[in-house]
Amino acid sequence: MADPASLAQTAGELAGNAHDLAQRLDALARQLTAVHTQAAHAGTPFVFELTVFALAVFVGYYVVWRVTPALHSPLMSVTNAVSSVIIVGALIAAGPPGISFAKIMGFIAVTLAAVNIFGGFIVTQRMLQMFQRKK
Amino acid sequence: MGESYSAFLYLIASICFIMALKGLSSPDTARHGNYFGIAGMVIAVLTTLATPQVVSFWLIIAGLVIGGAVGTFIARQIQMTALPQLVAAFHSLVGLAAVCVACAAFAAPEDYGIGVRGNIEGASLVEMALGLTIGAITFTGSVVAFAKLQGLVSGAPLVFKGQHLLNALLGAGLILLIVLFVMTEATPVFVLLVLLSLAFGFLLILPIGGADMPVVISMLNSYSGWAAAGIGFTLSNSLLIITGALVGSSGAILSYVMCKGMNRSIFNVILGGFGTEGGAAAAGPGVGDRMVKSGSAEDAAFILKNAGSVIIVPGYGMAVAQAQHSLKAMADLLKKDGVKVSYAIHPVAGRMPGHMNVLLAEANVPYDDVKELDEINREFSSTDVAFVIGANDVTNPAAKTDPSSAIYGMPILDVENAKTVLFVKRSMASGYAGVENELFFRDNTMMLFGDAKKMCDDIIKALE
Repeated sequence: MADPASLAQTAGELAGNAHDLAQRLDALARQLTAVHTQAAHAGTPFVFELTVFALAVFVGYYVVWRVTPALHSPLMSVTNAVSSVIIVGALIAAGPPGISFAKIMGFIAVTLAAVNIFGGFIVTQRMLQMFQRKK
Repeated sequence: MGESYSAFLYLIASICFIMALKGLSSPDTARHGNYFGIAGMVIAVLTTLATPQVVSFWLIIAGLVIGGAVGTFIARQIQMTALPQLVAAFHSLVGLAAVCVACAAFAAPEDYGIGVRGNIEGASLVEMALGLTIGAITFTGSVVAFAKLQGLVSGAPLVFKGQHLLNALLGAGLILLIVLFVMTEATPVFVLLVLLSLAFGFLLILPIGGADMPVVISMLNSYSGWAAAGIGFTLSNSLLIITGALVGSSGAILSYVMCKGMNRSIFNVILGGFGTEGGAAAAGPGVGDRMVKSGSAEDAAFILKNAGSVIIVPGYGMAVAQAQHSLKAMADLLKKDGVKVSYAIHPVAGRMPGHMNVLLAEANVPYDDVKELDEINREFSSTDVAFVIGANDVTNPAAKTDPSSAIYGMPILDVENAKTVLFVKRSMASGYAGVENELFFRDNTMMLFGDAKKMCDDIIKALE
């Protein structure tokens, strides 16, 4: 049988271990929160962009299903105009000083997108004007 | 302007775009929706112009003025019957713009903060390659669609031996090139990727026939959205991503609706070749060996005047003949005589989704008179006259009764249930599906041969 002295010693060791474990657990928990907040704040930029993308697809899905079939043509021309928001990328390319290949590309893209923006919104407006309730 | 300010303004622009689409849920709110769209675009452009990277404005202003003038001019001049080709042309511009932006980002990545030349971040390279590829496919695909709709090339599907194999090889080649580009970031690979994508878009639309254009246009609409989203990922721009996703899903839904209207799968449409035999093959028999009852404008006027209710079924033939105004005038005369007139629109009537609705609206037909298939189909059985003008396949009962027919399973307008059916057609030629319409030979059908517009004008004369 174990004598009281060795029992006490084992108990003491166990207590020490437990203390140690508790401390390590605490540290881990703190690390975990740190990682967690980091993830919540940023994640990788790609995952963030993907989140935005996925949610926007859902918004698009629900909004477009509610569009009345009679207005499918204007829907198409307005989405066409709206997708020319790609001009944002083109403006940045055409913006820097001096002349470069990128700048020429930017200029072409700005011009093309502008055709689309003006043309798309105007033709949509023309169509919608026709759908006005007749007095 | 600080980055969080511009991000915030981009968010507002995104919301404006969502509101623009939401407005289209009813004709009453649609115009407000369009203003939201314009506001969103103005916010987006001004915000970008205020970013610190943009310092030189003369090229930008030149581009905006030139593009704006061209766009305004075209949009004001275009006839509503030419709407499908206009939209196809606009899609091609979005595609080409996406290609240009991808080129710019590849040549000067530091402007976009995605690395330096020769050492662009891996994720950005993948996204750039995708945006570029989809953009290029949209561009050439839309050009082909435009040429077919405008009649520059034959609307008939162009098929040749080994076409599907070639397309499959090209598709596989594209994927390989994208992988290679991401690994090496080499300029020749980039150029090759552009060229191959352009060729792929061209070949992809070539085999698809003119009558499948509603699906093709919707599909290209969708692609132009995905291309914008791809560029948005490259530039880490939420506005582009959101807008691209909106447009992409919108186009996808329209493609789905159009496919369902023809009871075809999207793969079936993309593989193409539908209606290869065309009208000519099936047009031969019919007139000779079976009797059709044909009548004059006076006969039609008599029948219409004595009817209690008339449902008008317009199709692409009405658009081609520009008959919508005459048709409206005819309907007005009938209404004055106390005849109940309404219009039934099949989902795939015309060459783009909603095309017929726009043409009728152009002729000032009140949109409450214009009904969709589900709304009106049951009313044919209690209707005296179905007046089919320029439509054919969408009324063919073979879609319900003949499992061997090419159009079997397609939802149709049940015009055969009306007491009398009047068909305005130029000839006995079958529709694009190349299927004979047995409705022509029924006892209660009267064929009115002639140009749709002229026929309406003649009926008006007889009515007066």
